[in-house]
Amino acid sequence: MSAASSTRPKAKGKVPKPPKAVIIAIAVVFFYALPLLHLPIISTPDSDFAGVLFTMAIYVIVALGLNVVVGYAGLLDLGYVGFYAVGAYTVAMLTSAHGSLPFLVVLPIAVVVAMISGVILGAPTLRVRGDYLAIVTLGFGEIIRLAATNSDWLGGARGVSKIPAPPSIPPNKADGTVTDPLFEIPHIKWDGIIPSIDDETKTRFLKFGVLDAAPYYWMALTVVLVVLIADVLIKNSRVGRAWEATREDEDAAEIMGVPTFRYKLLAFAMGAFVGGLAGALFATRQSFVNPQSFALLLSILFVAAVVVGGQGNRWGVIIGASLVVYLPERFREFADFRVLFFGLALMLLAIFRPEGILPAGRTRRAKAVEEELIAVEEGSDTDGAEAEVKPSA
Amino acid sequence: MQFFFDHFFELTITGLALGSIYALVALGYTMVYGVLQLINFAHSEVFMYGTFSVVWVFYLFGAGADQSTGSLIGLLVASMIVAMVVSGGVALLLERVAYRPLLKKNSPKLVALISAIGASFALAEAMGLRDRIAGFLGLEGTLTKYVAGARDNRSLPTTITPDPLFKIGDYNVTTVDLLVIVMALLMMFALDRFVRRSRLGRGMRAVAQDPSSAALMGVNSTRVYQVTFLLGGLMAGVAATLYMIRIGTTRFDAGFILGVKAFTAAVLGGIGNLRGALVGGLVLGVAENWGSAIIGTEWKDVVAFVLLVVILLFRPTGLLGESLGKARA
Repeated sequence: MSAASSTRPKAKGKVPKPPKAVIIAIAVVFFYALPLLHLPIISTPDSDFAGVLFTMAIYVIVALGLNVVVGYAGLLDLGYVGFYAVGAYTVAMLTSAHGSLPFLVVLPIAVVVAMISGVILGAPTLRVRGDYLAIVTLGFGEIIRLAATNSDWLGGARGVSKIPAPPSIPPNKADGTVTDPLFEIPHIKWDGIIPSIDDETKTRFLKFGVLDAAPYYWMALTVVLVVLIADVLIKNSRVGRAWEATREDEDAAEIMGVPTFRYKLLAFAMGAFVGGLAGALFATRQSFVNPQSFALLLSILFVAAVVVGGQGNRWGVIIGASLVVYLPERFREFADFRVLFFGLALMLLAIFRPEGILPAGRTRRAKAVEEELIAVEEGSDTDGAEAEVKPSA
Repeated sequence: MQFFFDHFFELTITGLALGSIYALVALGYTMVYGVLQLINFAHSEVFMYGTFSVVWVFYLFGAGADQSTGSLIGLLVASMIVAMVVSGGVALLLERVAYRPLLKKNSPKLVALISAIGASFALAEAMGLRDRIAGFLGLEGTLTKYVAGARDNRSLPTTITPDPLFKIGDYNVTTVDLLVIVMALLMMFALDRFVRRSRLGRGMRAVAQDPSSAALMGVNSTRVYQVTFLLGGLMAGVAATLYMIRIGTTRFDAGFILGVKAFTAAVLGGIGNLRGALVGGLVLGVAENWGSAIIGTEWKDVVAFVLLVVILLFRPTGLLGESLGKARA
C-alpha cells in the first residue's frame, strides 16, 4: 500500500510523460487487484479485507469531498456526516421504504438531494465566521441524525433495511435467481512467501452479492477515480484559484472581484454532493441504514482524516482517510485500546507533523518563506518567536 | 401544548438549573476561545473527570444510600473540592501536553483542534478502560470499587432527595434547584470579578486583545494560558458536582453531549464573552425544556441547535457579542 501510494505523487510532473502514464496504469491495476491478492502482512487477518478496502474507498471519497470544503475553501465543517446521511437515507427511502426504484436511478437523485441540502444549510450559515460555522455545521449533523431517529417516516431508531444491491451484470432474474457471471476471477493464495492461484475462491465479476465485497470495492474505487479526476480539474480551474484566494484572505479576494460568498457556497455544495455520493454507496453495500451509522463522532473522524493527511493535498487526504480506516482494522487484536491509541496518535501527529502527512504544496512553500523571514528579522535569536505565539485573527 | 402551560414554572426553573450547569462548562470554552481563539474540544473530558471524582469521593467515604443532611453536605463540599482539583489538574495537563507544543510552533488553529480531539478521545477512553489500566498496574484488587463497570453508567451511591422550599407559580422550588442556580451564579460572579479586577485577569484580557503587544508589555503569555485553562477546569469541577447532584449518573462518554451543549451555549451568548456564557447557558437550558414540552422530549437536542442557527442568523456574534478583550475593568 505505502509503496504504491508513494509512487503516485512522484508521478506528478517529475517523471517524463510516457513512464508517468505507465506508473499510473500500474498503480490503478494494483489497486483494483488488491482484494484478490490477499497480500500477507497488509491484509487484515481478523476481518474481510475486501470489506475493509470498500470502507477505505468510501472514506477516501468522503475525505476528497471534505477536502474541497476544509482544504481548498478553508471552511471548517464538523457536520459533514449530515450529507453522508442524506445520501444514504435518500437511497434507503426511494429503493426500500417508500419506493422501489432501481439503484442507478436513485444514485443521481441522492447526490442532488445531498447537494440541495448543502445549499440550504450553506446559504444562511456561510455568512457567519469560521468558528461559528464549525458549531453550526456540527448542529446540522446532529439534527439530521435526530430527525432520522425520531421520525417514523424515516425509519425511526431501527432504520431502514432491505436496500437493494446495485444491479449485477448480467442482471439477476426477477424471482431472485442468480444468473451466471460474465466471468470469474480467481484469488491468489500464499504459502509462506510463494503465491499461487487459488481455484477455490473466485470473485464473480460484477455480481453484487452479500458475501463477496470485492465487486463493491471495485465500484467504489471507480467512483474514487472519477472524483479524483474531477478534483484535479476543478482545483486547477478558475474556481480552484478563487477558493484558494478566499481561504487565504477573504477581504482581499472580495476586493479583487472574487464573489467569495458564492464560491464558498459552491464549495459547500460540491462537498455535499460528494458526501452524498459516498453515503449512497455505503447504503447499497450495507443494505440497511440506521441513525447510529451517522454519529457525530464520524464527522470528527472525517475531519481528522483530512487534517492528518494534509488538508489541501489530495494525495495526503487519501492517505489520511485510508489510515483512519485501516489502522484500527489491522490492529484488531488491541480492539479495546483502539480508540485510546487513535486519540494519542492524533495528538502526536498534530504536535510533530502539524501540516499533515503530505502537506499541500502551498503550505510547504509558505512555511519555507516564513522561516526565511524569521531568520532575516531576528538572526539566530529565536526568543522573539514567543511574541507571535498566537496568530492574529 | 396544554402540558407546556400547565407546567410553565416547573419547566422554566428546571431549565434554569440545567442552564446554569451548561453555563459553568461553557465558561471553559469561552475563556480558552477568548484568549487563544481555539475551540478547546477536550474541555468536555475535563468536566467528565470531575463527575467521576465526585462519585469516587462518595465511594471513598463509604457513603450509603441514606445519609443525614449534615454528612451529605460534608460529602458534597469535599467532593466539590476534589472535583475542582481533578478537573483543574486535567485542564492543566491538557494545556501542557496538547496545546503548549503547538502554541510554541505557532501552528494553524485547525491543527490545535485535531490535537484537542485526539486528547479528548484519549482521555475519555482512558476513563472507559480504567479497569484494564488498573489491571496493568496490578492495582485491580485494591481499586475494584472505583474501576468496576468501566464502560457502564456509574451513579452516586447516595440518593439526594430534593426538599421543596417555596412556591413560584404552582411549582415547588426545591433545595437542589436553588443550590444549583445559586452556586453557578456565585462561581460566575467570582470569575467575572477575577477577570476584571485581578492582575492575572488583566493579563488575560491583554493577551485576548493583542498577544504580541501584551508580550511586549511584560505579560507572561504561558502563565496566562495556564491560568485560563485552570480557571476553566475549576468551573468544570463545580459544574460536575452540580451535575451529579442533579442528574446523579455519569459515564466515560458523558462529557461529549454536555460539551457540545455547553459549547453551543458559549456560541449562543457570544463566544469569548464571560457574561455571554451565562446568558447563553440559561437561554439554552430554558429553551430546551420549553421546546421538549411543546414538541416532544425526543426533539430536545434539535431545539437547541435550531435555536443556535436562528440566533446566529440574526446576531452573527451571539447574543452579547464576543469580547473578552474588550471587557473593561
